[in-house]
Amino acid sequence: MEWYLPVIWAGLIGTAVAMYVILDGFDLGIAILFPFARREEERDVMMNSVAPFWDGNETWLVLGGGGLWVAFPLAYSIIMPALYLPVIGMLLALVFRGVAFEFRWIAKPRHRKWDIAFAGGSIIASFLQGVILGGLLQGVAVEDRQFAGGPFDWLTPFSIFVGLSVVTGYALLGATWLIMRTSGPVQDLGRRLAPTLLLVVMAAMVVISLWTPLAIDRVAERWFSTPNIFLLWPIPLAAVLVAYIVWRAIGQGREAVPFFGTIVLFLLGYAGLVISNVPYLVPPDLTFWDTAAAPASQIFFLMGTIFLLPLVLGYTAFVYWVFRGKIAPGEGYH
Amino acid sequence: MEFDPVTLARIQFAFTVSFHIIFPAFTIGLSAYIAVLLLMWMRTGQEKYHRLARFWTKIFAISFAMGVVSGIVLSYQFGTNWSRFSEFSGNVIGPLIGYEVLMAFYLEATFLGILLFGWNRLPPWLITLASVLVALGTATSAFWILSANSWMQTPAGHEVRDGIAYPVDWLRVIFNPSFPYRFAHMLNAAYLTTAAVVLAVGARYLLAGRHGEESRTMLRMAVGMIAVSAPLQLVIGDLHGLNTLEHQPVKVAAMEGHWSGEEPGHLVLFGLPDEEERTNHFEIAIPHLGSLILTHDWDGTYPGMADFPEDEWPPVVNVFFTFRLMVGIGLLLIATGFWGLYLWWRGRLFDNSLFLRTASYMWPLGFVAIVAGWFVTEQGRQPWLVHGLMRTVDGVSPVPGASVASTLALFVFIYGVVFTMGIFYINRLINRGPMGEAIEAAAGLPNRPMSAAEEAAREATGREPGEGPGRPLTAPKG
Repeated sequence: MEWYLPVIWAGLIGTAVAMYVILDGFDLGIAILFPFARREEERDVMMNSVAPFWDGNETWLVLGGGGLWVAFPLAYSIIMPALYLPVIGMLLALVFRGVAFEFRWIAKPRHRKWDIAFAGGSIIASFLQGVILGGLLQGVAVEDRQFAGGPFDWLTPFSIFVGLSVVTGYALLGATWLIMRTSGPVQDLGRRLAPTLLLVVMAAMVVISLWTPLAIDRVAERWFSTPNIFLLWPIPLAAVLVAYIVWRAIGQGREAVPFFGTIVLFLLGYAGLVISNVPYLVPPDLTFWDTAAAPASQIFFLMGTIFLLPLVLGYTAFVYWVFRGKIAPGEGYH
Repeated sequence: MEFDPVTLARIQFAFTVSFHIIFPAFTIGLSAYIAVLLLMWMRTGQEKYHRLARFWTKIFAISFAMGVVSGIVLSYQFGTNWSRFSEFSGNVIGPLIGYEVLMAFYLEATFLGILLFGWNRLPPWLITLASVLVALGTATSAFWILSANSWMQTPAGHEVRDGIAYPVDWLRVIFNPSFPYRFAHMLNAAYLTTAAVVLAVGARYLLAGRHGEESRTMLRMAVGMIAVSAPLQLVIGDLHGLNTLEHQPVKVAAMEGHWSGEEPGHLVLFGLPDEEERTNHFEIAIPHLGSLILTHDWDGTYPGMADFPEDEWPPVVNVFFTFRLMVGIGLLLIATGFWGLYLWWRGRLFDNSLFLRTASYMWPLGFVAIVAGWFVTEQGRQPWLVHGLMRTVDGVSPVPGASVASTLALFVFIYGVVFTMGIFYINRLINRGPMGEAIEAAAGLPNRPMSAAEEAAREATGREPGEGPGRPLTAPKG
């Protein structure tokens, strides 16, 4: 069996998940911040600032799930039943938030319920995404190539903490997006909220960085054994440095640096999680290679992906370029 | 109370997928219609095409959003509810779903953003191109998902080792025996269904005396489309049926209510199939016509239910009735198409109030027929999940029945609320009717509710406020 194919696919799916977290992260974040905006016009601007993109952003979630099935069917068929309730809960929460993008405008002036659906759905979906991540990190019981645990195995203080961390993380992405893409009172809202959110996110990253090695031996071994510890210490240091840059940039009134800095912060946190778990796809037992699809299937999908993924990235970039610049109040199509 | 996980998982999947299919079916057809309208607008410069395209684009956006949110659910539900099936078939149909995402979903989602929001920022030809790409994306999506579904009906190009399916020949996997028929049948169904909606909306406006110019265009386009695609659907359906007879004869026997393979088949118009007594009660049938259709021979025979072991029987009653529902609606649409053509030929299409009133109620027909058709083919596949390879009971996830039951209750409640609201809002948009969006956007005041004065002016003149010769199609952003 070609040993490198599962590695390539793990990389590709890892990329899809990272794309999802960043892209849908900021548009979920906008919705998480909805309750902080009081006036209808402000909420209009917030929603319009992500409206042309949200659908494409959410497609990365489909690629993440679908790609997992294509490339690692065994992992998919264990993880989904193991995290049955949070996965379905997340999908149902996304229903509310997705339709709110359209319904809210048509319901006007009686759109309050869709404000609530938009924010509530996004907060629940973000929280459950964190719970799913936490539930996976803490490990899944597997016997005879099947999930062998109970329906609430994922429900632990750790997974709940990760869930709350993801909500604040997305909120930070949303706040810095507002700083970059809007002006006036909405931008002020982003500036007001971003520093607090940044502090909370940093605290959460510290807690998770300590909690995982304390609770999970393989994580501790990965980070604190020699020579790993000498190679890996720049990662947390870089995170602290980037957080400081973002903090200063917000204070100085810079518009783009906070958003892109926050993305880098997310990527560093993501890298930390990857380092903790490679090569396990279903911790604590199953690796990329254990769960990989047949090489013929991985190659068949890889052949197309080589051409299609750059194309997708190309026109995604085109759309962001078309809708660049500040959002004007009232800029929508409804 | 003990929950049966298999039954619950089936109900849950049937519920979510039936809800979902309504929206893609509509958006496949509607995206093609919008693209055609914009192309006509580019070609002729007639403003009515532009107004119609903008109007239907709003309705498209709502349907698409509902299709997206209910579709994401499905991409995870294979794993949550059918994990053993996912493991068994992942090597073979996983990549087909993967290609659907990469080739279709991104294309649709991204260019829809441009189609909706790009009017102030991009030239019209680019928006038109975006609408063509969206239409292409929706059809491509249908291609891949129907290929995967067809493989479950008529698997080919694979081998099974140690309880897992492996691909042998990708072309045979993708173009498996039932795929061309199913794809053509579904794509045509989507166009036909959308044409029925357009027809109903046009008829509704004409009856109300609103949007005369746009309604007449909608009516002509819809009648033309129905007159072509409804009879075509009968032909495709017939070929699809012959293909099913070859590969899944028991499904055809259930569809026809055909019990004994020794006798020629009747065409059963009505009956009450009884699985225990192996007969139809209250049967009204045309003798030998079933044989003539399926074997092209007056005395031809084809397998009946009795030729198969009972543990390979699909639920006969459900398949039998949903098939009749689908075909009945199909025939009704064929009749509507010809009626419309006749009126058009006589120059009475826009003022025959019986036709307009009938047409105005026809919008749900296509959707009902599509869901009924899927019930026929999916229930007709039972008790197999992958025909001949994996039984439905063996594909389910190791998840307790209580989890499935509670999420099923949530699905029913949430879909019920959200999608009822969706249909309500679509209706509201239809009531508002086509508007002169280009002007409003150019003035930098979109999202503004139409003022009462504008509404009154429009009601009085049947035209858009500000509409006149020489109006720019799009103006640079102010």
